[in-house]
Parts: sequence; C-alpha cells; structure tokens
Amino acid sequence: MIETRGLTKHFKDVRAVDGIDLTVAPGELVALLGPNGAGKSTTLRMLTTLIPPSSGTARVAGFDVVRQQREVRLRIGYIGQGNGAGHSQRGRDELISQGRAYGLSVRDARTRAGRLVDSLGLAEVADRRVSSLSGGQRRRLDIAMGLIHAPELLFLDEPSTGLDPQNRANLQEHILALRAEHETTIVLTTHYLDEADSMAERVIVIDHGRIVADDSPARLKAEHVGDRIVLGFDAETEAARAASTLAAYDPGREGTRLTITTQGAPRRVPGMLDDLRAAGHPAAEVEVIRPTLDDVFLKLTGRSLREGGAAQEPANSTDELVEV
Amino acid sequence: MTTLITDTRTVFSRELRPVLRDPFTIIFSMVQPLVFLALFAPLLPGADALQWFVPGIIVMSCLFASSMTGSNLLFEIQTGSHERMLVTPLRRPALLIGRALKEIVPMFAQAALIVAVCVPFGFRFNLAGALLGLVVLATFCIGLGALSYTLALAAKNQEWLFWTVQQTLIFPLLLLAGVLLPIENGPGWLRALAKGNPLSYVVDAERSLFNGDIWTSATVSGVVAAAAVAALGLWAGVRAMRRSD
Repeated sequence: MIETRGLTKHFKDVRAVDGIDLTVAPGELVALLGPNGAGKSTTLRMLTTLIPPSSGTARVAGFDVVRQQREVRLRIGYIGQGNGAGHSQRGRDELISQGRAYGLSVRDARTRAGRLVDSLGLAEVADRRVSSLSGGQRRRLDIAMGLIHAPELLFLDEPSTGLDPQNRANLQEHILALRAEHETTIVLTTHYLDEADSMAERVIVIDHGRIVADDSPARLKAEHVGDRIVLGFDAETEAARAASTLAAYDPGREGTRLTITTQGAPRRVPGMLDDLRAAGHPAAEVEVIRPTLDDVFLKLTGRSLREGGAAQEPANSTDELVEV
Repeated sequence: MTTLITDTRTVFSRELRPVLRDPFTIIFSMVQPLVFLALFAPLLPGADALQWFVPGIIVMSCLFASSMTGSNLLFEIQTGSHERMLVTPLRRPALLIGRALKEIVPMFAQAALIVAVCVPFGFRFNLAGALLGLVVLATFCIGLGALSYTLALAAKNQEWLFWTVQQTLIFPLLLLAGVLLPIENGPGWLRALAKGNPLSYVVDAERSLFNGDIWTSATVSGVVAAAAVAALGLWAGVRAMRRSD
C-alpha cells in the first residue's frame, strides 16, 4: 500500500525527513511515533502529495506521489492537523462538496454524508455552522470528511491532539470501528504514547527524520527495554543474600531493593519468590514494571517523549535504562 | 468522473453557499458602487459622461472583488480546510477559477443593477456587446483572482502582508487604467505607464463593447490582455500550490 525508498525532505538547511524506507501492507494500522519536529508530519505530507520530496521515491496505493498525484489523491483520505471543514460552512454541505470533489454524484454524496453523520454521532450538529461546533464534534466531522469516498488508505495527522481524554477515547473507538468495518489501511501520527500503544499493531519510532525502530508495541518493549522486577526486603543483608540466590538474573541492588531486568516477568516472578523462600530470605514486597513506549523511546534516543523531547529521565526509570 | 468544469463548479458552489445562506453582506456591497456613481458621475464633464463612466465602474467593482479572492483563503489556510482540499483530486486550476468566480459572479448581478439604475438617466448600451464585455472582464478577473490566491499562499500566516500588497497594487492598477478620469490628457510618463497596464486595455474594450462597437482593435487588445492575465494568474497559482508547504 505504501512503499518509500530513501524518502528525504529538507527545508533550507534542516533535514526534516532523512532517508525513510517504509513499507506498509494493505490492512495494516501503523502509528508513526515521535516528538514534535521529528519529521512525522512532513513524511505524511509527502505521502499525501502536499509537498514534493527533496529526494527518494514514494509509491502510495500503487502510484508515484510526484508523477501520478491525481491517482494517489483519488485513493487516499487525509485528515490533517487542522479542521478540514471550513468554519463558515455547514458540516453537511462540506461533506457533500467533499464527495463531489471525489466525483460522487450529488445523490451518492448526500447518502454517504447522511450515513457518516449518523455513524459519527453528528446528526444534531451537521446543519449548523462549523465554527459553532465543539472541538470534539469538529474532529469527528473531519474524520467524516476524510471518509466520504471510502478510501482504501487513510492518513491521520495527530488525530486526537487538543481533545480531552474522553473525546480522545471516543475518537479512537471510531477509528478502530471504521477499520474493522472497511478493512481500511490506516497510517496515523501521534505523540501520545498510549494512543500508539493501544491502537496500532505496528509502531514506527521516528527521531530526527529517521526511523529508529519499527515493530509491534509488545515486541518493541520486549526487545529494547524488557520488564523490570523490583523486589523489596526487610533488611539490606537479606537483600544482599537474595542477590546471590538470584545471581542468574544479574540483579542490581540499591539498599533493600533488588531490580531485575528481564523478559516475560509475570511468568518468572512466582518461581523467583519460591527460590527466595526456599533459600530462607523471602521477599517482603514485589513489583513488576512493564515498560511503556516512552521507555522504548528513551532507550533508543536518550530522550523522553513525555517531556516533549527534553533530555530528562522519567521518575520510574533507573540509570542503566538511560544509557544508550 | 470529474472534469475541470465539474471541479470548478464544486469549488464555486462550495464558496458561494455561505454567501447565499447569509446574503446581507453581498446586498450591502452591491449598493456601494451606486453611491460612488451618484456622487462621482455628476462631476464629470460632458453630456455622455455616463457612457464613459459606467463601464469603468463595472470594471472597478469586479477588480476590487476579485482581488479579494485570497482573503477568504487566508482564513482557510489557517484553519486547515485549504490543505484538505489540496489532498482531494480537485484539479488545481479549478481551485483558482472556482474561488475567483465566486467573487465575480455577484459582481455581474451588480453590473446589471448599475446598468438598470443608469438607463433612466440616459445611459445607452448594446446588449450583445455588454455580455461579451462581461466575458472579457471575467477572464481578466479569473487571472487577478488567481494572483490574489497566489499572494495569500505566499503571505500565509501574515495577514498584514496580504493586505499591504493588495492595497499597494490595486490603486495604481485602477488609476493607471483610466477608470475614474481619462488618461489621454495626462503627462507622457503617466500615459506610458498606462500602456503597460493590462487593465487599460480591458477598460477600453469594455467601453467599446458596451457602446456596441464589437469588432474593433480595442476589443482585440482587451481580449488579449485579459487572456494573458488569466494565463499568468493560473500558471502562478498552480505553481504556488505545488510549492506551498
């Protein structure tokens, strides 16, 4: 569905996108994750024909984004960061003219607009001026605009930025439902970790215009960070003895606490606890910390996404995790 | 399937819809040139002043309107709906022509109003010539509208820049076309500048066509000037859309 080779964009001296090779198969739901300015949106803007690449090639829905723009445009839907619907227009009018832009007859455009208005819960506001709608309503209208021609491939640029958590969850549900129904291929950019984590089967981490990782959220976490098991003991001496019992796991000790980095922690913990009890120094408390995509990002780039890209260490991270 | 014409109609009717839903602004703007006409025309010497002045006024209102094409666009660039339209398969020239026509078509209604008001005061015109004149004027205005669109793309987030350039250019363009006062009696340098102004030829053609002198060299020059401006505007506009980021 998407195939890029060495896709690059520079603005004056800045390499916003620096040689991206990306392949997306039909039906995939891919999230491009990265801090602001990482090159996610610029990549999307090249794939949607909005800006020409400085070098490299991209084929989208089977066509070249530079030489066959019209063919590409006919097959994709795009929901940008702004509002697709004009603020002085009415939602339903905009949906219909959007349908007309894709060559639907007036009747088909009207029917599809009506169906989208219903399924996205916009029935009450579709005939009001767009400027009078709430942020969440406008965003759902934007989604409807992007879907009027039932595209095989849908791009969403930061779809939930600026929405409150409830509207965000609502929007994610709509996107997932839509995908289940139409088998649409979806590429979205986000800097919300939970969004990438819960929605996408495949997360592509982008930093400084390059792809630094590309896998399922679960595998990214397992491969780059792993789980952490934190064991607490009543005394330092016990902790020290426990450390030798569990030497195979290479634990790090800090006072009365042992930290073990491993994979599949939930399955290992019961065995560890049994070993410690059998050795006569049972753990007083235990905590299993599953990694987040932010931990992955931190590991890969040395920066936290949550801190807006600043070189800061999240509270739940240990020093060894910060090293790159 | 879509064509350039259906695409233009899609853009045009989208643009016009909010105006039709709220027609008061347009009614107000239609009355303005009548005030202008009432207060300015009596100052002009000669019995056939209206014959000379009315076509000029029609050109003037179309000029002002089409130079505004970019102003609505500025807002839509900021909110995101222009970007959304750029991703649709709408043909790029249709985006330019449709938006320019939205400014021009109401002005044609206004032209009819002006003519209707002036006829009782002795204004005479040739219908076929006048209609042809409007086609020439529309061609010129599509070009000017496309240039206004290009200016909006270039000015993007600096609204003041759009208005500064628009205001700086529109008045010399108007005054050097002999719309308000005849150029013929002016100094040589002014006449030379007017010769380089494509609008001069359009205005001369309008006067000639409204008078019923259809097959004249003035008409030919006007058609050529209008077509050249249209071609330049569309070329610049399509180019600007490709490069905007």
